[in-house]
Amino acid sequence: MPALSRETVRAGARGVAATLLVAALIAIGSRNLAHFDAALVGYTFATLFAVFGITYRYSMWLQRPPTALYWRRGWQAFFSRDRLLINLAAWPKRFVGVFALNNFIFRRSRSRWAAHWFIMWGCLLAAAITFPLVFGWIHFQTPADDFERYRVYVFGFPTSSFRIESMVGGLIFHGLVWASFLVIAGVMIAMRRRMRDRGAEAVQQFGEDFLPLILLFAVSITGLMLTASYTWMKGYAYDFLAIVHAACVIFTLLWLPFGKFFHVFQRPAQLGVSFYKDAGRAGEQTVCGNCAQPFASKVHVEDLIRVERELGYSYEMQGVDEDAVNHYQYICPRCRRLSMALAQGRLWQAGRGREATNRPGIVDVAAMMEAASAPATTTELT
Amino acid sequence: MSVPGHLNFYIDPARCIGCQACVQACTECDTHKGISMIHLETIDRAHSTQTIPVVCMHCDSPTCAEVCPADAIKRTPDGVVQSARKPRCIACNNCVLACPFGVPKMKVEFELMMKCDMCYDRSSVGLKPMCASVCPSQALFFGTREEIEAARPQSAPIDRFQFGNQTITTKVKMMGPRSVAGARPEHLDVTAALDPNPPGRSISLGVLNGSR
Repeated sequence: MPALSRETVRAGARGVAATLLVAALIAIGSRNLAHFDAALVGYTFATLFAVFGITYRYSMWLQRPPTALYWRRGWQAFFSRDRLLINLAAWPKRFVGVFALNNFIFRRSRSRWAAHWFIMWGCLLAAAITFPLVFGWIHFQTPADDFERYRVYVFGFPTSSFRIESMVGGLIFHGLVWASFLVIAGVMIAMRRRMRDRGAEAVQQFGEDFLPLILLFAVSITGLMLTASYTWMKGYAYDFLAIVHAACVIFTLLWLPFGKFFHVFQRPAQLGVSFYKDAGRAGEQTVCGNCAQPFASKVHVEDLIRVERELGYSYEMQGVDEDAVNHYQYICPRCRRLSMALAQGRLWQAGRGREATNRPGIVDVAAMMEAASAPATTTELT
Repeated sequence: MSVPGHLNFYIDPARCIGCQACVQACTECDTHKGISMIHLETIDRAHSTQTIPVVCMHCDSPTCAEVCPADAIKRTPDGVVQSARKPRCIACNNCVLACPFGVPKMKVEFELMMKCDMCYDRSSVGLKPMCASVCPSQALFFGTREEIEAARPQSAPIDRFQFGNQTITTKVKMMGPRSVAGARPEHLDVTAALDPNPPGRSISLGVLNGSR
C-alpha cells in the first residue's frame, strides 16, 4: 500500500479536527443532547461526514501551489498596512454585490442570475433553519404563564418570544416552505436552460450539472409533500414521505464535498483575489520585455513565475546579454501572439534556404510608398 | 460527445488576409454567444498587411489550467481545453498571464475568464468550428490530415512549440515548411523569434513580396 502523502495526512487531520469541533458544538449547543431530537440523528451524522469531506477537500485544494500562494497573498493584500483602511471600506460593498446580489452573474445573463439567486437564497434560508434545529442549537418552549406563545432558545439561552398563531409564527414555522419555493423556482429556470441551450448541452455532465439540480428539487418537493400531508391530508403517508425526504437530504449532504456544491466553499476566494488585484494595480507594473508596454502588476508576474517553477514549468530564456529578458513571463500576451507568426515566418525562411532574420519576409510598405513618390524612383519607373 | 479523433485543427497565419470573418463567426458559437474568442492581431499596419488569427492551441499540458488557483480549467479526454467553469473561476487573471500563446480573455464585467473551446458544441459532433467554417483563405482549417496534405503539399503540421526551455505540445497544429535543410522541422521556436528591437514589429511573412 503506498504511503499517504503529507498533504493527505494534513488534510485528513484538519477534517477530523473540524468534525470533532462540530460534534462538540452539537453537544454544547443542545445542552448535552437534552434538546437534541433523536429522530434527526441521520441528518446529524450526514452533516458530520459532510464537514469532514468539505474540510478535507478544501485543505487539499489549499495545498495546490497556485491556491496556496494566492490564498496567502489575498490575506496579505487585505491586511497590508497601507491598504487596510481602503480594503475595510471596500469590503462591505463587494460582499453585498458579489455574494448577496450576485451582480456578476446578472451581467452574464438574466435567467442564469435568476436561477442562481433563487437557489442560493433558498438554500441559505433552509440551511440557516435546518442545521441549528438538527444540532439542537435552537428549540422552542412554551412559557409556563402563556400557552399561546413560543419562546426561542438559542444554545440553551432564552431569547425573544412570539404568539403561535401570529403572522410571525406562521412565517417562522413555514420557513422551509418559503425556502423550497425559492429553490424550486431556481431549479426550474436552470433546468430549462440546461435542456434548451445548445452551448450548455455541449459541455454539461450528468453528475456535475444535472444531479445537483435533481437533488435540490427532490429535497424541496418531498419537504413540501410532508407539509401538505400534515396540513391537509391528516398525515397521509407521512412516515414514508419522512423517510424519502431524509434520504434525499442525507444524500445531498454526503454529496456536498464532491460535486458542484463545493463551489459554495471555494467561491469566497474571489474576494481575496479582488484585494490582491487592487494592491497590484496600485503598485509597480511589469513592462513587456518586447514592446515596453506595461501589462500586469510586478507582484503578479513574479508570483506566477514562482508558481510555474513549483509546478515544474521552465519558461526561462537565455538572454544574449545581461539586460535581456530571462523569463517568458515578462513578455506581454499580445507580443506572445505576434511572435507565433514571426516564428512561423522564420521557419519558412529556413525552409527556403534563406538566412533567418528577426523580421522574416518584411516588406516595408511605408518605405516603398515613400520611395515610389520620390523623383528619383519615378524616373526609374519610366 | 467528443471531437472525432480523425479531425484536426490546423492554423496557418501566413495565409491570413485579415478579413475578420473568423472574429464575427466566433460570436455565433453557442458556448460563448455574442462574444468573440479570437484575437485577430495586426502586426504593424504602417508597414505590412499581415494579420494573425489566434485561437486556443489546446495544449497537452495546459499551463493555464495548472496555474489556476480555483481549478476551474479542465481538459476533456478528447484534448480540448475547455473555457473556465463558471461556478469556479475567481477572475484572478493567472491563466491570461500564463498562457504561452496569449489566448485567454478576461471578461472583467462577468468576473470570468473565457477562451476558445474549439466551438465545442460543433466540433464535438464533427462539425467545423465557426471560424474554420468561414475562413476564406483557410488560414484556419478543420479537417483530416489527408485533406490538409493534399491541399498543401509543401507544408507540414507542427505541434511542438519552444518557449525558452519549455516545450509545449498542442492539439491544434501550425503549418510550417515540410522540410528545412533536408529534415522535417520538429518544433517551432517561438521565443527565438522575439524581436530584440521592440518598436519594429513589422513583418509580412512574404505575403506581399510574392514569395508565397
